[in-house]
Amino acid sequence: MLGKYAHLTQSLAGLRAAGTNPFTVAFDEILSPTSARLNGQTVVLLGTNNYLGLTFDESCIETAVSALQTEGTGTTGSRIANGTYSAHVALEKQVASFLGRQDAMVFTTGYQANLGIMAALAGRDDHLLLDADSHASIYDGSRLSEAQVTRFRHNDPDDLYRRLKFLADKPGDKLIVVEGIYSMLGDVAPLAEFAAVKRETGAYLLVDEAHSLGVLGENGRGLQEVAGVEADVDFVVGTFSKSLGSIGGFCASDMPGFEVLRVASRAYMFTASMPPSIAASVTQAFKVMAAKPELRRTLMRNADALYQGLSKAGFRLGPTPSPIVSVRLTSPELAVAFWNKLLARGLYVNLALPPATPARESLLRTSVSAAHSEADIRFAVDAITAVGEELGIVGAAVVA
Amino acid sequence: MPSEKDVNATIVAVIRTLDGVTPAMADAVTPETNILRDLNLDSIAVMDFIMELETAFNTVIPLDTVAEIATVGDLARAITAEQARTAA
Ligand SMILES: Cc1ncc(COP(=O)(O)O)c(C=O)c1O
Repeated sequence: MLGKYAHLTQSLAGLRAAGTNPFTVAFDEILSPTSARLNGQTVVLLGTNNYLGLTFDESCIETAVSALQTEGTGTTGSRIANGTYSAHVALEKQVASFLGRQDAMVFTTGYQANLGIMAALAGRDDHLLLDADSHASIYDGSRLSEAQVTRFRHNDPDDLYRRLKFLADKPGDKLIVVEGIYSMLGDVAPLAEFAAVKRETGAYLLVDEAHSLGVLGENGRGLQEVAGVEADVDFVVGTFSKSLGSIGGFCASDMPGFEVLRVASRAYMFTASMPPSIAASVTQAFKVMAAKPELRRTLMRNADALYQGLSKAGFRLGPTPSPIVSVRLTSPELAVAFWNKLLARGLYVNLALPPATPARESLLRTSVSAAHSEADIRFAVDAITAVGEELGIVGAAVVA
Repeated sequence: MPSEKDVNATIVAVIRTLDGVTPAMADAVTPETNILRDLNLDSIAVMDFIMELETAFNTVIPLDTVAEIATVGDLARAITAEQARTAA
């Protein structure tokens, strides 16, 4: 049965031999949004997607505890049966109003939101146009749909346009799917240009703001807000597992008749709804996010400091400063060694290896939080630089 | 309208540019060459290969049609058919 995974089993054995297995890390204790104990050692967390640091927000915790006590641990049912409580309805209203949309549907995870929405929207004669560097949930959603799937070059509106022209004479709706901030390199989609292509070709546009909701935009409405194209975005997908510090996903839209997706989306119907305590705390997290725009400014200041620090040290990074800062390395072995040495120094980052990475790069992926102190960021820059020098990636050895 | 032979030649030229494909592997390509197995491509490499082909042939090859394509010959036939369809 598992024979087909021989190559994976082998890679895992190699990772274990190199130190701690980066893919089976289990924290002993979480001390704060930015620190934890791992194998008895205190580590700074620099790879958590906890952009605003809301996981320990007192008001969110209180809301969750109160809902837990009054409504119980779980709903034990689907949204279309016994699994919709007032907390779920309130959360959907909150999502819609935060994004200035008519309607919103909440899913149990962001992964399921992409699966459920894409498979329901795109039928047999329709066409999905995916950015080549799309997240796995988008690829999986496209496979669950019966639509014809075409990839276009990453962040390349001209390439998208060219492909839409080839498809112009084919029947069916065309749905373009892009992300706000890409999770591997922290790069941002040229959304205004994509929106222009969408208008010219009569396609629809879905933007997954998983990493940009609460992170980008004056009001935190994501890249669509920054790019000034909210009116062109037909479907906004996102997650509660990053800036909102919890779990769950959503799709928001102004499309008339959107409600029908509740009985057309299998990933919405055939799974249990999120616990009411989660729905209640996420609603509260939206309120905190709206009330504290300074969190976004702190996040960006930290992101900039990390990006500039690592860039000055000589590392190859993603194209722009963003809360995701990735160090690009030349081989998986080097990345694994780097990762282990950082952990030994008390810094936890994410390790991203091919084929899950664009252009098969090996990445040390970091994500910054508004909850990081300036000292945390300095510690991170120093630790990464020291290990980079030790491994001969940056510093005198390279310049010479 | 390119012949199936021209199509084959372009496919081989694209194969030659792929990561992990040695010149010897490219030289050995025939219509029977299995894309996944013989060219050592994983699922993402196949998708990238398709994107390069789309550029070379000025067409689109929907990923769902790829499911039915096993060999280089299958691919050439699919592209020839698509080109005939758009030329019509
Ligand atoms: C672009 C993108 N979409 C969707 C998801 C899935 O989100 P969730 O963690 O809520 O399942 C992620 C997170 O991993 C993501 O990066």
